[in-house]
Amino acid sequence: MFILVVGGGKVGYYLTRELVSSGHEVVLMEKDRTRAQQIADEIGSIVIPHDGCEGQYLSEAGANRADIVAAVTGDDEDNLVICQMAKHHFDVPRTIARVNNPQNEALFRHLGVDEIISPTRMILGSIEQDIPVHELLHLAALGESELEIIEAHLREGSPAIGKAPRDLQIPDRCSLFAVVRGDQALPLRPDTVLLEGDKVIAIGPTECEEMLHAQLIGMSPAEETADLG
Amino acid sequence: MKAVIVGCGRVGAAIAATLDAAGHEVIILDTATGAFDRLPPTFGGTALRGDGTDEDVLRRAGAEGADLFLSLTEGDNRNCMAAQVAVEEFGIPLTIAKVNDPVRAEAYSHLGVATVCRTNLMADSIRAYLGLPVEHPFGILAPSGTHPGGAHHGGAAAGAVSATAGQVPGVGPGVGADPMAGAGPAGPATSSGREG
Repeated sequence: MFILVVGGGKVGYYLTRELVSSGHEVVLMEKDRTRAQQIADEIGSIVIPHDGCEGQYLSEAGANRADIVAAVTGDDEDNLVICQMAKHHFDVPRTIARVNNPQNEALFRHLGVDEIISPTRMILGSIEQDIPVHELLHLAALGESELEIIEAHLREGSPAIGKAPRDLQIPDRCSLFAVVRGDQALPLRPDTVLLEGDKVIAIGPTECEEMLHAQLIGMSPAEETADLG
Repeated sequence: MKAVIVGCGRVGAAIAATLDAAGHEVIILDTATGAFDRLPPTFGGTALRGDGTDEDVLRRAGAEGADLFLSLTEGDNRNCMAAQVAVEEFGIPLTIAKVNDPVRAEAYSHLGVATVCRTNLMADSIRAYLGLPVEHPFGILAPSGTHPGGAHHGGAAAGAVSATAGQVPGVGPGVGADPMAGAGPAGPATSSGREG
């Protein structure tokens, strides 16, 4: 497998090192010459000291025969352009972008980036699991689709307590599929009555989030904000 | 007409002044407020500090419903991203991005964003002055392909770019009117099939 990594910061450096040690063919592009030389001294002459956004250098790096291009610079706009150039200009089958601003995730997906890795979102998700900020937690995004797995913690005041899924108005494209009760994970049947403290696991597109929030938590985040404002 | 301009450099400020003087609604953004000093004292449009690649910033600035979007910052990638936000999120019918790397300029024109490339423009001006053959006679590369996310707007956004290029309401046939109509066919043959 030939993998082209763009961006020789910490992420790009460790990624390249790991890929090399697992036997892949890797080329790393880093536009800062000093940094590029530093990495080359350590892991060998697989570093191209040029800007991976520039068409000419992508071509020289062999982008047209890459199986994967991973854009891991610190700038979202650079990562977007690297992936789009790879995908549309060099016909690379799989592109991966690092995204810092979680709000850019949807746009990147929409614009054809195959995989989006958002460290900010991951850390946020991890923090929210300990300290629920919104009560509706994002557990995982499902690959290329806009589907995600969500956990809803039913606290006092939730309109879902005492009801079964069939009594709730769940949006069409969503599915409630399990409930975590204490230490047990139970399958969620249409007639399973929900209790306070239950954690309902749902899968659905991001746009249904507000409706799920209204059904399982109570007020939607927008309404809460409106109340505060 | 409502125009949004991202980047208040010399070109951005000049176009903002022209459109404003012609009576259009102009919103210009830059990340540095000092850049707005380039605007003439008579400028009656809106100048806002903010990142033009950020959808929220653009929305707050009033980009919704704009007829024209120009991304003219010094960063090619920033311009490509801002232009795509304009097409994708706001469905702005005429969007032009400044892209100084000729390869990227061509690639993005195939992705449904009109691009203007300073490298090509200057090289051609010099070629023409020296009596050498000019390589990019039309200056602006018109969008020749469908934008990857175009389907979400029923393809209307991307399609409208080439349809309305040079016919911006109220602007009249100015620089780029005929050139843009002719730039499509002048594009390389490789343009077809990329967006499949």
